[in-house]
Amino acid sequence: MRDDETRPSPETLLKVAQAEEEAQSGRGKLKIFLGYAPGVGKTYAMLEAAHVRKREGRDVVAAYVESHGRSETDLLLEGLEIVAKQQIEYQGVQLPEMDIDAVLARKPQIALVDELAHTNAPGSRHEKRWQDVEELICAGIDVYSTVNIQHFESLNDVVAQITGVIVRETVPDKLLDLAVEIRLVDIPPEDLLERLREGKVYIPEKAILATEKFFKPGNLMALRELSLRRAASRVDDQMRAYMEARSITGPWPAAEKLLVCVSGSPYSEKLIRTTRRLADEMKARWHTVYIETPGLSRHARENRERVWRDLRLAESLGADVATLTSTSVAQALIQFALQNNVTKVVVGKPTKPRWREFLRQPLVDELIRLSGPIDIYVVSIDVAAEKAKPAAVTPKKPVPWGGYLKGMVLVTAITLLCQVLRALLAPTNLMMIYLLGLVLAATKLGRRPAVLTAFFSVLAFDFFFVPPYLTFAVADTEYVITFIALFTVGVVISTLVSQARERAESIREREEQTASLYYLSRDLAVASDLSGIVAATMKNIEHSIGGEVAVLMPEGERLALRAASTGLVLETKEHAVADWSFRNSSPAGRGTDTLVSSKLLYLPLQTSGDVLGVLGLRLKAESDYASPLTRRLLHAFATQMSFAIERVLLVKQAEQAQVLQARESLERALLNSISHDLRTPLVTITGALGALRDRTTVLDEPARQDLLDAAWEEAARLNRFVANLLDMTRLEAGALKLKRIPSDLQDLLGCALAAMEPQLAKTRLEIRVQPDLPLVSIDMVLMTQVLVNLIDNALKYAPRDRTIELTASTTDGRVALEVADRGPGVPQEDLARIFDKFYRVPVPEGAGGTGLGLSICKGIVEAHGGEIRAENRNGGGLKVTIELPVETTSEGEQGA
Amino acid sequence: MRSATRTDDAVAAQERKGENLPRVLMVDDEVSVRRFLRAALPGSEFTLFEAENGHAALAAAAAVRPDIILQDLGLPDLDGVEVIKRIREWSQVPIIVLSVRDSDDDKVGALDAGADDYLIKPFSIAELQARIRVSLRRSLQQAPEPVYRCDDLEVDLPLRRVRLAGNEVLLTPTEYELLRLLVTHAGRVLTHSQILKQIWGAAHVEQQNVLRVTIRNLRQKIEQDPSRPYYIGTEVGVGYRLRSE
Repeated sequence: MRDDETRPSPETLLKVAQAEEEAQSGRGKLKIFLGYAPGVGKTYAMLEAAHVRKREGRDVVAAYVESHGRSETDLLLEGLEIVAKQQIEYQGVQLPEMDIDAVLARKPQIALVDELAHTNAPGSRHEKRWQDVEELICAGIDVYSTVNIQHFESLNDVVAQITGVIVRETVPDKLLDLAVEIRLVDIPPEDLLERLREGKVYIPEKAILATEKFFKPGNLMALRELSLRRAASRVDDQMRAYMEARSITGPWPAAEKLLVCVSGSPYSEKLIRTTRRLADEMKARWHTVYIETPGLSRHARENRERVWRDLRLAESLGADVATLTSTSVAQALIQFALQNNVTKVVVGKPTKPRWREFLRQPLVDELIRLSGPIDIYVVSIDVAAEKAKPAAVTPKKPVPWGGYLKGMVLVTAITLLCQVLRALLAPTNLMMIYLLGLVLAATKLGRRPAVLTAFFSVLAFDFFFVPPYLTFAVADTEYVITFIALFTVGVVISTLVSQARERAESIREREEQTASLYYLSRDLAVASDLSGIVAATMKNIEHSIGGEVAVLMPEGERLALRAASTGLVLETKEHAVADWSFRNSSPAGRGTDTLVSSKLLYLPLQTSGDVLGVLGLRLKAESDYASPLTRRLLHAFATQMSFAIERVLLVKQAEQAQVLQARESLERALLNSISHDLRTPLVTITGALGALRDRTTVLDEPARQDLLDAAWEEAARLNRFVANLLDMTRLEAGALKLKRIPSDLQDLLGCALAAMEPQLAKTRLEIRVQPDLPLVSIDMVLMTQVLVNLIDNALKYAPRDRTIELTASTTDGRVALEVADRGPGVPQEDLARIFDKFYRVPVPEGAGGTGLGLSICKGIVEAHGGEIRAENRNGGGLKVTIELPVETTSEGEQGA
Repeated sequence: MRSATRTDDAVAAQERKGENLPRVLMVDDEVSVRRFLRAALPGSEFTLFEAENGHAALAAAAAVRPDIILQDLGLPDLDGVEVIKRIREWSQVPIIVLSVRDSDDDKVGALDAGADDYLIKPFSIAELQARIRVSLRRSLQQAPEPVYRCDDLEVDLPLRRVRLAGNEVLLTPTEYELLRLLVTHAGRVLTHSQILKQIWGAAHVEQQNVLRVTIRNLRQKIEQDPSRPYYIGTEVGVGYRLRSE
């Protein structure tokens, strides 16, 4: 038992093996020069290391190094090959960027790329430079890069807390994990401040203000500690990995798993970062889930965009991300946690006022009640600090002024009506009329106008119908209850109605999604080939999402446009984007991080195995690209399409395998047949010749003659067999070219009979040729072969003394040749099969054939556009009929 | 070189013997085939010469002046058809092609190049000897017989008269011309294009159906069973041959 606990699990070993394989499988290695502030000398250290490598004979180029005009750095750049930067024009300004294609084309062993956290100019391939670096590494290039500690995603908020400066250019932590080596570039804060004073630290002008806040001894010390700690934890990781790989018993941490739930609230981001840090400390995996409730509160709807962003952030921080649907957040969360062996759930402290807890149990309490064996971590949320953060972009809804106006009109109308009815009704019933109006407003006008209407209804009722009239004063305090009731009813109804409406709306949206996926899968199910699938997908996307679709699939080495919506033309540049998406199997183009300037969004059609193609999309509205709803639907479409394509490909492969198998069995049959049919005659020939050659055996003359005849016949048979095989091969290879010339059928019969002369000696022939047969355009040689085979067949199966009948006749544009015998015929059920290859009717005695003759006949006749069929005759025997079309030859009778 | 020496020796040997047997030159690169031919053509009836490639064949044809050449088509250096063409530039010696190539294109190609006959391997010795006899008769006696007789058929060329079992057969001028052409080449194959060229003129070489119909009509008149023609045989895909003797 103990052993089991200390031995690394197979999964771990696999991971280690994969990591090692990855390290060797042509991927480049990343080395990071990590600093804690600008000016510590990262670039300098990187260049020094580069020179060392260069002296060792490695091929080093500076892919992008920014010296900021510092002379020491410039000096170090000398002697290194520098790849020219590309200039990207953005809003009239030339921005220098790394020319990634040039670097890829140059393919050095080591590329130096400064400033890992840099954000590329719009129009570059990737949004961030670290994505460029990833691509270089994938291409097998080692990369040296520099970055400061505050740029790491998971430390972003900590840094903001320490320094009060929010760093916008962030790098995902996975890059730190990706790096095979981290070189900490460290100088004491005092020295750094000294260098700053001497002007040796480059500071962009726009950041001067932030810098003053930033370069304080306290900040620097905190950042330095952060970077030292990060580097140290990294070493710890490596140590652990080493120990795992070599099965060294150590203080293995328990297999913890964390779970955090995001709701789209502004605090979710903080929760995610906290969970990531906790997970890091515990060396645990962690999940992030978003739970959609069917009610889908207004709050969540408005924050969909934020949820999407939160989930992507969690993903980039290394979480497994999932979206669940349930009526109860707490229940769904605990259920997910139990299913995934989560040990700790992280939630935020409640921020809502305490009185609301009376109305609804806070999530934390509910979770704790349900959690069972799972720990609940409650983390604090710094409300004030978070509020300073820019809220997610929420599209502002237009204010329903019309609704308010209608509300006021409604109140006025009801007041006038009540005025009329005043004499007839008691005030209590007049209030009912107001109530009716309120219900109308609540159901028709939306929530806010309804609340306003309720408010004014109360006022109007008070003013006009509650004594003392025409004042807001109330004589009878009982009316206050009426007012409160009236107002409350208004608010409640309108809230309920609006909730119901939103629910209906959300259900409708889901319904639409489900329906569109259903339609797609239905269409895909019936599509039997690639073009069917492509057409079905395009139709469904155009129909349910709108916009234009292009499907690109690989043709040989290149990605080629397979189909596109009408009017959609892909330029070369777009092709390049699609190609990138295909090769890197990740989305690219508009609405992604990569090559954002492209006109379309490209989604790879990916299955578990490989990428089958790329789906290009131009959506109707700009906002669609960012809409998680659309994106999710598109991804679902792409997945469905990929599966359908894979299915078709697999079916094709299976078919090919079947054909291959059929061909193999045919070849086996052929080989068997050949070895049998070639050997049998040879047995007789060599036997006969052997006997004749052997002088010790005394043979009388009839015996000699018999042997000679046997050998001769068998030789002839062998010759025919070889001829048949050759013909068959030619027919099958399609190499048989007909040399059609106008021919006389009588001549044809004559030729066939002449060829059969020796065998026909004992046979009675009945030949009937209709006079004045038209000339038929045929290949005489091949058709003679057909007739020879048929006559041969008839001879083989028909008793010798019986008659073979040959008939040539013509009826309306066709000529018919018949070969009929009085043999045993063919079993009715086999009639259709006798023209198949290697089919043999059970032979009387020894009249074996190859089973090729009739199939050759069929091949030749069909090549002539004719037809061959066999039938059993009345009174016994087989009749084979050949029908050929007559080509009208105008000068047919000229020579007569 | 070696073959040439051998043929020189053979010429010398034959002259020493002073015999007057027909000289046969066999051209084939297969040793087994030459061996078989030596066995099939007895030295008592023929004087044999051998060549194993195209150039040796051309040299031997000039050196020994054979009475007949048995020519293989698939030679290592020159194609057999090319050899036939070069020999035909200066000699009318009968050439019989012996080949495994059985397509009608090959046959027609060789015949049109000037070969007199075409036998497909494997063939029977009897067949070969018969063909050799036919060819030798033609080459040895310069003028063809004025009267052709074969079983019941008699064609008297000077009188332009055709009789079948003693009864005169009436032919149209075209039919007679065709029959006359066949008679003058009796026993040999005439390709379709050779016949068309000689009877209808070079312009009609493509009009196969005219020839077909004429042959059919001719057979109706002279053959006992036109479906199993006895006198005028069809060489499938190549041409026609009139039976001799």
